[in-house]
Amino acid sequence: MVIKTEGLTKKYGKLTAVDGLNLEVNEGEIFGLLGPNGAGKTTLISMLCTILKPTSGRAWVNGFDVLKEPGMVRKSIGIVFQQPSVDDLLTGRENLAMHNLLFGVPRELRKQRIDEVLSIVNLEKRADDLVNTYSGGMRRRLELARGIMHHPKILFLDEPTLGLDPQTREHIWEYIQELAEKECMTVMLTTHYMEEAEQLCDRVAIIDYGKIVILDSPQTLKNNIVGDVVKLKQQSPDIDSLRKLDYVKNVQEKDGLLYLSIKDASKHLQDLLAHTGTIDFVEVRSGTLNDVFIHYTGREIREAEAEGGFWERMMKR
Amino acid sequence: MNEIMNEIEGIYAVWLREAKIYVREKERLISSVISPLLWIFGFGAGVGSTVNDISGYSYQVFIYPGITVMAVLFTSLFYGIYIIWDRKLDFLKEVLVAPVSRASVFAGKVLGGVTDAMMQVIFLLIIGLFINVPLTLPVAVAAFLMLLLISIAMVSIGLVIGANLQSPEGFSLVINFVMWPMFFFSGALFPVSNLPAWLAGITALNPLTYGVDALRGIILGINHFPIYLDAALMLLFALVAMGAGILSFRRM
Repeated sequence: MVIKTEGLTKKYGKLTAVDGLNLEVNEGEIFGLLGPNGAGKTTLISMLCTILKPTSGRAWVNGFDVLKEPGMVRKSIGIVFQQPSVDDLLTGRENLAMHNLLFGVPRELRKQRIDEVLSIVNLEKRADDLVNTYSGGMRRRLELARGIMHHPKILFLDEPTLGLDPQTREHIWEYIQELAEKECMTVMLTTHYMEEAEQLCDRVAIIDYGKIVILDSPQTLKNNIVGDVVKLKQQSPDIDSLRKLDYVKNVQEKDGLLYLSIKDASKHLQDLLAHTGTIDFVEVRSGTLNDVFIHYTGREIREAEAEGGFWERMMKR
Repeated sequence: MNEIMNEIEGIYAVWLREAKIYVREKERLISSVISPLLWIFGFGAGVGSTVNDISGYSYQVFIYPGITVMAVLFTSLFYGIYIIWDRKLDFLKEVLVAPVSRASVFAGKVLGGVTDAMMQVIFLLIIGLFINVPLTLPVAVAAFLMLLLISIAMVSIGLVIGANLQSPEGFSLVINFVMWPMFFFSGALFPVSNLPAWLAGITALNPLTYGVDALRGIILGINHFPIYLDAALMLLFALVAMGAGILSFRRM
């Protein structure tokens, strides 16, 4: 286990941001924390990175206790923050050089490491320009380069692709996967992009209101829990009788539409339609992590966001 | 040994960043040069034309040590605002999460601020030569060292305030309540020898009074307090300010 938490909790006054979390992450794994803004993902990562003290519970990173040996934890990790933290008035190369000094990279390796990571993120040509001339995607890439330059055992990525265009996002996914393999690095990332979690992660924990709702590989989550999704529209649906059908795993009603989770929909569709009688509309598709999220939380990840992030929730209390 | 090397490199990294930004932000450089010039030539020469010589020096020369202290005071205290910007722009996180002690991060920041202030001091010492301030090399060196001590203390105070506040607006407000009283009640613009009792009491409580007194002693040979007392009190003040700074950075 590279990361382990036991009853990890963070409270802000009455609000519990992270609620008695128990978690184990294996070496070399890409582990995703999936949830809406304000679910407690960033708070969790901040505690694991030793920049936030837990209210109660314990956590170990690379075998070191985050409270008792924060220095050792910091030596083992790299972080890419949600908000870019590269310095605008320094060049890309200067940012990296500063990081080398701060993270104690041996003197003889420094130049080589900088060149290495610059080429990984394709920033060689712009390395000597001030960061305030970079685009958002380039800043992210520089930040990523910085996070891996001291060869951390564990890399934390807090929303690594937030606000990036789809193309850049896929580039960054490739980098992360390549790196994890090449450096045998463990990666813990938070995201509220379903595709990101599906494509990248070996295992995903869905986290909501500071608690882990479910934890498994994206594939297993999709297969076991959702299977296929049948979207139905009907004048007066009989939800209870639908629930009784043995191949229907779950029924959710939303905006006058029914979402049925069905294992192997193509086989059961005929029977299902015979059962429901006249319908206005039907659509069949294979399940996604988004459906898994709806299944466990009863809402879509986007709605959860519309409810507001952490601060909004806090203000309401 | 390795650990110590790490900390030293951490201090160097933080300082180097500050120094580079100082050079790149021209506004900072220009404003820090212009305001003391206004005081020396605008205020000193203007008021000096109607005020009698003090202890054998023209008013302009008499307030010269006070103006250098003022320049150091303003630059050093205001430097604390950058820590708030660093935090707002999230740049600070990178430094706070590094395996370097907070004391080293603080030390690097102090050195950065002191560098700003001392660049200004060098410029002011050169100006001094042109307005007939009696500066010899040993005097200039002694003045430089004293101003360095004052700068370390004031940068630390600025950083303590910056580390404990969230907004730049709040910082400006608080710093004005620290800076102006410290300046006006330090005797930078007047001799402290024949003040009314209430004013003498306030100036005696102001740590900067001893800085100004030391400088005036070093440059003009006019001392109100013994110079060793000035230096000792300033050193004590700097140590307390640095201690408060390290504590504030640990809580950040």
